[in-house]
Amino acid sequence: MTIKTRIDARFEQLKTENRGALVTFITAGDPVYDVSLEILKSLPEAGADVIELGMPFSDPMADGPAIQLASERALANGQTMIKTLEMVREFRKTDNDTPIVLMGYFNPIYRYGAEKFVADAKEAGVDGLIVVDVPPEADEELCIPAMNVGLNFIRLATPTTDDERLPMVLQNTSGFLYYVSVTGITGVNAPDISDVLKNVARIQAQTDLPIAVGFGVKSAEQVREITAGAAGAVVGSAIVREIEANLNEDGSPREGLASRVKMLISELAQGVRT
Amino acid sequence: MTQVDNLANSLMNGPDENGHFGLFGGRFVAETLMPLILDLEKSYEQAKADPEFQKELDYLLTYYAGRPSVLYHAERLTEHLGGAKIYFKRDELNHTGSHKINNCLGQILLAKRMGKTRIIAETGAGQHGVAVATVAARFNLPCTVFMGAMDVERQSPNVFRMKMLGAEIRPVTAGRGTLKDAMNEALRDWVTNVDDTFYIIGTAAGPHPYPQLVRDFQSVIGREVREQMMEAEGRLPDSLVACIGGGSNAIGLFHPFLDDKDVSIYGVEAAGRGLDGPDHAASLNGGQPGVLHGNRTYLLQDDDGQILEGHSISAGLDYPGIGPEHSWLKDIGRVNYVSATDQEALDGFQMCSKYEGIIPALEPSHALGFVKKLAPTLSKDHLLVMNLCGRGDKDVFAVAEHLGMNIKG
Repeated sequence: MTIKTRIDARFEQLKTENRGALVTFITAGDPVYDVSLEILKSLPEAGADVIELGMPFSDPMADGPAIQLASERALANGQTMIKTLEMVREFRKTDNDTPIVLMGYFNPIYRYGAEKFVADAKEAGVDGLIVVDVPPEADEELCIPAMNVGLNFIRLATPTTDDERLPMVLQNTSGFLYYVSVTGITGVNAPDISDVLKNVARIQAQTDLPIAVGFGVKSAEQVREITAGAAGAVVGSAIVREIEANLNEDGSPREGLASRVKMLISELAQGVRT
Repeated sequence: MTQVDNLANSLMNGPDENGHFGLFGGRFVAETLMPLILDLEKSYEQAKADPEFQKELDYLLTYYAGRPSVLYHAERLTEHLGGAKIYFKRDELNHTGSHKINNCLGQILLAKRMGKTRIIAETGAGQHGVAVATVAARFNLPCTVFMGAMDVERQSPNVFRMKMLGAEIRPVTAGRGTLKDAMNEALRDWVTNVDDTFYIIGTAAGPHPYPQLVRDFQSVIGREVREQMMEAEGRLPDSLVACIGGGSNAIGLFHPFLDDKDVSIYGVEAAGRGLDGPDHAASLNGGQPGVLHGNRTYLLQDDDGQILEGHSISAGLDYPGIGPEHSWLKDIGRVNYVSATDQEALDGFQMCSKYEGIIPALEPSHALGFVKKLAPTLSKDHLLVMNLCGRGDKDVFAVAEHLGMNIKG
């Protein structure tokens, strides 16, 4: 089945521009809804090519402390699945090109109702889903319903995904493949880039999908090195930490938080532009 | 009926090849862990088929853990409650003081077979942590135990025991610092140290094959009860009672009896301050199906799918989930899932100490609290077996505090 989404269009466009994609992650509702929406809206202009929007979850097992704290801030300030979709709708009022991928864990989706969720997400302007704890063995739970409404289901391949398992991971994956650079959680260990690019090449031999590399990527330099051999680089925890660094003692956002995040994204974007 | 029909109709065949018990169970984990749990499943299947594995496990259960644990007629409690004839399955007499050692011995033998050189575990009350630290010492493997910071506080005797046994304790402050956060942290460690580390999960939950594996290793409890009851009374018991947090002691007692339709089975959840408020840990009686820690099961959660904290006077029961096989057994109606409040557990604790001279852990005190209500409604020839799955030494400070006594000096 070929479904053409904003993700497909964006990677095709970047190919003609002969550069890699900067994929940026923020958690929806972090630190509060309004500021989070302001950051979201500023991302494309700052240089983000693809946006991953985290759906906060109380128990983010695959994430490190930075993203867990972001989830906690968002939830404490009343973020819900409905509000996350609302953020996407707001964003789409002014941007119809930048792909948005919702990223998170299965339980809030399961509770929402998987079929209803994929329909509502599509309607809101979402292009793809990354749901960490639904492996290919459970495709019928979410991946197939997502495909049926025209959402990309983006799967993670990891250093433990060997050649024997890879075809299963690639089957039903669309949009792009997310290569996890390290065994571990987000935002902790720095990847060994030459190792990562060897694995990307190994996987690329088996698929035409663009491959984006994430986990532990935090500088423009790393973004540059990664996109020399992969279609995209994902930065998450570093951005979320910038949000954390611009909070007052009581957790409220400091003046100028959104613009400082925008500055960081612009810096990171140099990694795919020079 | 042919044997094939018998097998097809058995409730003991689960899970299916993908780890499902009906709707529940499965393998909901990140890709990094998928190859590991598939490998574990394969290794477990091989181990099960290897008589040497079973032989070594049996040896350790007998000479190290002290099995079989006795089936004891609680005569004074029977008399006091004036109904069913009450037996205790004395799993608190095992080495380390609870049923947790049964599973830990099985899993560490598996770790050894798989060539793993480092052990990790999560613990709530510390009973599982102590059992893991014990087998890790016995098999000379380094061991790290993740424990919620709050539990480190309220279970200090067990923290000390684990340290004596050479385990490293990592207090978990992420989230709210309780058992579910400890499990998140253990999973994070595992996903980071995939090559050398074996994760010994303590309850009959987690991704497949853990719920099956833990159940199989704990089923020694129920198998012994069958034999011991035949010996004592010449027939099977009429009812079984066990407390439920994640549900490992309960599934161990229940599983060998699932096909015996005449045996009534009761699982007792922790009702905390009452099921009508938010302060309980009764996932089955007060939760909804969801997905957490690798399996689909009943969970305490809000309308948006965020996991809630369980509350119980017992740190071993305040997990917001439950083993997936219990969720299935609830939905098909084979097991009656009931509950006991903090207060009923405290009453059970005191009753057992006073009438039987056995100080129980707060976890089985919930089962005692329910037996106190159930037994008087039953006839004197009704045979009731309750799993006394842990001893209360670790809880004396907490109970004293609840009873308003100062024993810390």
